[in-house]
Amino acid sequence: MRLPCPICGERDIREFYYQGADVALNRPAPDAGDDAWQDYVYLRDNQPGEHRDLWQHESGCGSWIVVSRNTVTHEVSGAKLAKEIKRAKA
Amino acid sequence: MVDLIAKTPMDGFVPLTLGNVTLSEMTAGPITSVSPFNDTGKDLSAALKAAHGMTVPAANRSTGKASARAIWFGREQFILMGCEADQGLENYAALTDQSDGWTIVELKGAGAADVLARVTPLDLRSHVFKKGHTARSDLMHMASSITRTGDNTFLIMVFRSMAGTLLHDLQRAMEGVASRG
Repeated sequence: MRLPCPICGERDIREFYYQGADVALNRPAPDAGDDAWQDYVYLRDNQPGEHRDLWQHESGCGSWIVVSRNTVTHEVSGAKLAKEIKRAKA
Repeated sequence: MVDLIAKTPMDGFVPLTLGNVTLSEMTAGPITSVSPFNDTGKDLSAALKAAHGMTVPAANRSTGKASARAIWFGREQFILMGCEADQGLENYAALTDQSDGWTIVELKGAGAADVLARVTPLDLRSHVFKKGHTARSDLMHMASSITRTGDNTFLIMVFRSMAGTLLHDLQRAMEGVASRG
């Protein structure tokens, strides 16, 4: 499996560290309430199809990236810098 | 007063030739890591050009010559090696002295890319990884920096403490390529 790092180009999966779903980019406010935090910490939809995951290009450039992949076809459709996604939301 | 003697990371290592590939230790002189304060780095590039005659390397690239190089070293960071960093650069970037912190070797010869292909997942084909290109990647289980400095020449850097492991891994790979091609 190879992942497309936005900075380094396509690289082998051994260079990456897998963190999980990209929910960490949607952290609720500290006072958002128990339901929001319960949802953020524990609840995942886990639907088949398009997933967006956080990976770190650990032995490469060090960037955190969001990789889009399809859990049904195994296709990796793209990757963006987590920094840019977060800034676009701000 | 004790008279201290500086030792290189692979102290006493004589160049090793197996098949058509030679491994040698390199001494780079001063090594400084440079992290630009802002994203563009234009002021820094002009200052670097004026002081050391080279520009800030783009991602996965290196600039300069054998005597002094700037090698991209990760996100918004590069290293300057072979020359004392001009203090004026401190206006544009965070400088950290890393001299003596790195083991530096050169792998040279017709089969150098074949040897490296046994220890790193990088695509080292000459039309992909060209002269002046650099990458941070795994070398077996070590974090490394690999730069192509010539058609069949690579500059490899790992942490100083990994010198013995680097020699072990590269020698195994060289023996494999020498015996099996």
